[in-house]
Amino acid sequence: MSAVLPTVKSAEVGAQRIVFGVMVAFFLIGPALGMYPVFLMKVMCFALFAAAFNLLIGFVGLLSFGHAMFLGTAGYVCAHAAKVWGFTPELAIVAGAAAAGLLGLIAGLLAIRRQGIYFAMITLALAQMIFFFCLQAPFTGGEDGIQAVPRGKLLGVLDLSDVWNMYGTVLIIFLAGFLLIYRTVHSPFGQVLKAIRENEPRATSLGYNTNRYKLMAFVLSATLSGVAGATNALVFQLAALNSVHWSMSGEVVLMNLVGGLGTIFGPVVGAFVVLAMENYLATLGFWVTIVQGAIFVLCVLAFRRGIIGELGRLIRKPL
Amino acid sequence: MADDTILETRGLTKEFKGFVAVKDVSLKVRKGSIHALIGPNGAGKTTCFNLLTHFLTPTRGQIFYKGQEITGSSPSAIAQMGLVRSFQISAVFPHLTVLENVRIALQRKRGHSFDFWRSERVLSELNEEARRLIDAVGLAEFENTVAVELAYGRKRALEIATTLALDPEMMLLDEPTAGMTHADVERISTLVKRVAANRTVLMVEHNLSVVSTLSDRITVLQRGEILAEGDYNTVSKDPRVVEAYLGAGHA
Repeated sequence: MSAVLPTVKSAEVGAQRIVFGVMVAFFLIGPALGMYPVFLMKVMCFALFAAAFNLLIGFVGLLSFGHAMFLGTAGYVCAHAAKVWGFTPELAIVAGAAAAGLLGLIAGLLAIRRQGIYFAMITLALAQMIFFFCLQAPFTGGEDGIQAVPRGKLLGVLDLSDVWNMYGTVLIIFLAGFLLIYRTVHSPFGQVLKAIRENEPRATSLGYNTNRYKLMAFVLSATLSGVAGATNALVFQLAALNSVHWSMSGEVVLMNLVGGLGTIFGPVVGAFVVLAMENYLATLGFWVTIVQGAIFVLCVLAFRRGIIGELGRLIRKPL
Repeated sequence: MADDTILETRGLTKEFKGFVAVKDVSLKVRKGSIHALIGPNGAGKTTCFNLLTHFLTPTRGQIFYKGQEITGSSPSAIAQMGLVRSFQISAVFPHLTVLENVRIALQRKRGHSFDFWRSERVLSELNEEARRLIDAVGLAEFENTVAVELAYGRKRALEIATTLALDPEMMLLDEPTAGMTHADVERISTLVKRVAANRTVLMVEHNLSVVSTLSDRITVLQRGEILAEGDYNTVSKDPRVVEAYLGAGHA
């Protein structure tokens, strides 16, 4: 009897290890296959962003509709720190992530008191306030954003203006963030989060102060979204309004739906698919939006579990 | 006598818009007893229950647990004090396994529930204790089954195992045998009897034969008010109780 559980678990872990290896290999040899390194760096930043978002929707059951505020705020803070204060890139990213985490604490304290659509609406309203702040505040550059952000030297030695140095740095940040999320999902804390998602009143009756767990998950998600946003700002040497716009909050939902909510690898695949469409269909002009809309409808109607969710069901192992 | 009272309410009242669900209920539950709360449909039993565990806030009145007022405490704080409830609709974590369900309850006391950087493997040290509890409710062969796939009676058994994992001083059971087959009812009754040996149990129950065999003391509610109180023989012979259950004319 006692032997059954470990074997089931190790089969799951085995499948996930293989997919993880494939993912790492993809980002390592992607540039050699002719994909633009800048495009792949963008994919990694958004994959981390989507995975951080998935931590909330997939494992706690909270739909935030304002996650762009964490991505964007961290981008602005990181860009400002690097350009005006002369921070080294790693400190600029930490500053951006810390700002996002702090914002997450405030937004979380307000939002987790409500559930479902009300939770989503509070996060959306707060994100709109942040958008107008970024539009009006003197240091954000308004419509222009913060441009020509220096990438600087990592730890004072590694010059990130070299595209491969930058690429390696982004890859390491992405993998570290991804593994942290994986660990969180499979930790004692993650176990409580799943219990809250499954049956919140019961978790309460077992003595768990569920709001504290939800707040902690929210701050964690916001901070990791901040890491993604700050890194993205360094990649493009730009912090701009589109990263705090509500449509960005929508895009991260789309990425998760396409890839698979509540899966480990879904957000990464979803981010790749959505960004690839935007990138490679860009010549279609406004048709991109229509194609995206069609794919969205198709996903919801035909394979609701998303690409990775359906794949996992096919091989009967959670991915 | 005040010493052996574990739970007491004084003038407990809950009003919903234009409707009084629970009215001036003063109740004393003796330590170590099995106390049943019965009454016809809509008598306010479940509302009363939700007030005791603070899933609802009383309009008026006070609640005392072990001599300490707990009227304003949060539901999770009350659970941490050892007053743990079950639910009418079976309350399990549907997509977790039986073992994981019980471990969730065991995990809180170990104090690493906020550790997001640790592997869940640290939880396997709880497996032995969890298995003992699962075995005690007769679910040993289902420990790796996902809870949603269990039959109804077994879900209730799992719920009781999860509640027991907290080792509560007092258990509040909301209709433990509701919707069960005959065999299940018997099994759960035996189980309740056994776990009540060194605890206090307050339960809402419809099944009068369960109530008669299990409970030491019975409180009958009607339209939110206490109608009668006593042991089964006293209560079942009370003409007002008979009338409340069967209607006038049968008394």
